[in-house]
Parts: sequence; structure tokens; C-alpha cells
Amino acid sequence: MNRQTIKYSFLSTIPVMAGYLVLGIGFGILLHDKGYSFWWAVLMSVAIYAGSMQYVGVGLLAGHGSLLTAAFMTLMVNARHVFYGVSMVEKYRDTGAARPYLIYGLTDETYSLVCDPCLPEGIRKKDYYFWVTLMDQSYWVLGSFLGGLLGSVIPFNTNGIDFSMTALFVVIMVEQWEKNKQHIPAVLGIAVTVICLAVFGVSNFLIPSMIGITAGLFVLKGVITKEEADHD
Amino acid sequence: MIDVKYSLMLILVMGAVTQLLRFLPFAVFSRGTPRPILYLGNVLPPAIMAMLVVYCLKNTSFTGPAHGIPEIVSALLVVVLHKWKHNTLLSIVSGTVCYMLFVQVLF
Repeated sequence: MNRQTIKYSFLSTIPVMAGYLVLGIGFGILLHDKGYSFWWAVLMSVAIYAGSMQYVGVGLLAGHGSLLTAAFMTLMVNARHVFYGVSMVEKYRDTGAARPYLIYGLTDETYSLVCDPCLPEGIRKKDYYFWVTLMDQSYWVLGSFLGGLLGSVIPFNTNGIDFSMTALFVVIMVEQWEKNKQHIPAVLGIAVTVICLAVFGVSNFLIPSMIGITAGLFVLKGVITKEEADHD
Repeated sequence: MIDVKYSLMLILVMGAVTQLLRFLPFAVFSRGTPRPILYLGNVLPPAIMAMLVVYCLKNTSFTGPAHGIPEIVSALLVVVLHKWKHNTLLSIVSGTVCYMLFVQVLF
């Protein structure tokens, strides 16, 4: 554990900080509007810790949804986390005592920072994983807390600031594009998702996309592995 | 009035299912990772990142008054800046400010 690792992890998480603070504050405000004080927002950000699901959860709480509905909604909204786990099994294998926490904190944004990092010399991967996971959750919890506390009194126009999350994903895509020898997975990811968006609509396309992407990657396995070998 | 017991139960259910999904692959493949999963671990990250980009842009309206211009221009700015400077923070802040200007001032 050294200062260089903490500093590098912090710099890597700054975009997530912007996104999580804003989205967390938004979540806290929404929950506050339904009559829940900031402690509830903090509780949800610790007990659930899944951004989009917590937004859905506000609706469930307010509309007195049943526990079964809540379970199914969570299953649908968060099923993509299984795919994150699948691609992190090997990378998280030797992370010791931090492992349960790393798995617990594997959100979309944390995944985007830990899935394929190019770390500079002298930074141990497992330390980087831990600090990124911890920092990301701190931003989210802090944001929820502030949102719940502030209620609906926000001093400046934050409209559009959530684009920081999109920008973060675009940056990571560019970096992966430059690093990888071939681009079939990335192109497949875009193509399948756009098709599923068109076919299944805005609220139902994520799960079909993941299934389609996984199927596509297996169908094209021969081509993908061959291209990689050719480039070596 | 808030129903405290009900609210706690609901939060517990959402938390439990979320964590079940997160821990599942790690529990199933704890002894060793089969080859197909190793392969997926390698090729999934770029594909899923592409999917998340589309997911973020899913509400872009090409038929609305802005014709998707704020999203397209801001995302392209991020790509170009990042190819050029390779400075993550610069790329993200510029793209976000660009987008905020679009939606707050222009459209």
C-alpha cells in the first residue's frame, strides 16, 4: 500500500466521482421527496449499492410494491452484473481478504475501471482494485447523503452533467480499442445492442443484448482467436 | 407516514438479490475457471463497454428538436480529444461541459 497507488486510484475515479455525486444526490432528493430522510438513502446505498436499481426502488417504495415484485425487478435490472462477475473471476482470484468487498462493490462504473486497467509500473493490481471500489462507493454514499439532506434545494443547474458517465464509457472504449489487436468484440457489442434496442425497446433491451453478445462471441470464437494469433 | 418495517424488508430484498447476482459467478467458478469462461473474460470487456455506451445514449431522440446533435457532437468530441491527448480527465470534462452547454443553452 503506498501513496502512489492511492493517488493513481483517485485520479482514475474522478469521472466516476462526478457521475456518482450527481446521480447519488439525485437519488437522495427523490427519496426525500417520498418522505424518507437521508438515513434511508444512505441505508439503500450500502445495502443495495446499485445505482439504477435504487432509482427503481424509490418507485417501488412509494408505490408499495410487493416484495416479490421487488425481487423480480432487481433480477431484471441487475442481471447484467452476472456478466461482470464472469469476466472478473480470474482477475479477482488472488485478492485475499478484500475479495468479498470487491465483489459486493462491482457496479457498472467500478467494473469499467477494473475490467481492463493499464496500470503504470509500481502499482499492484489488487491494491488498485480495492481503492477504486472503496472510493467509488464513498462517492455514491456521500451523494445519496447530501441529496437526502438537501432535499430539493439545489443551487445550480446540473442539467446534463450525467453525460460524464457516458463520456467515461466512451473514453474506456477508445482505450480498449487502441490496446486490443482486433475489434470484433467491440463492433459486435455495438451492433447487437443497437439491434436489440430497436427490437425490444428502451426498457427491455439490456438482457437480450447480453445474451446476444455472449452468443455472438462464441459463434465468432474461431475468427476472434485466429485474428489475435495472426497479430502476435 | 413511512411504513418502516415494510420499507426495510423491501430494501433487504433488493439488496439480497443484487448481491446474489454479483456473487453468483464467483461462487460457481470458485475451484477453477472453465476454458469458455476464460475466453469470455478476455473478450467480454470491450463488448460490454460498447453496450454501455449505447445504453447511456439510449434516450437520444433523433426526431426531437435537437436531432441527437448534443449527444453525437459531445461523444465525438470525447473520442477525438482522447485519441489526440490521451488525457482521461480532459476528455470527460470537455465532453460533459459541451453537452451541458447544448442542453442548457442551445436546446
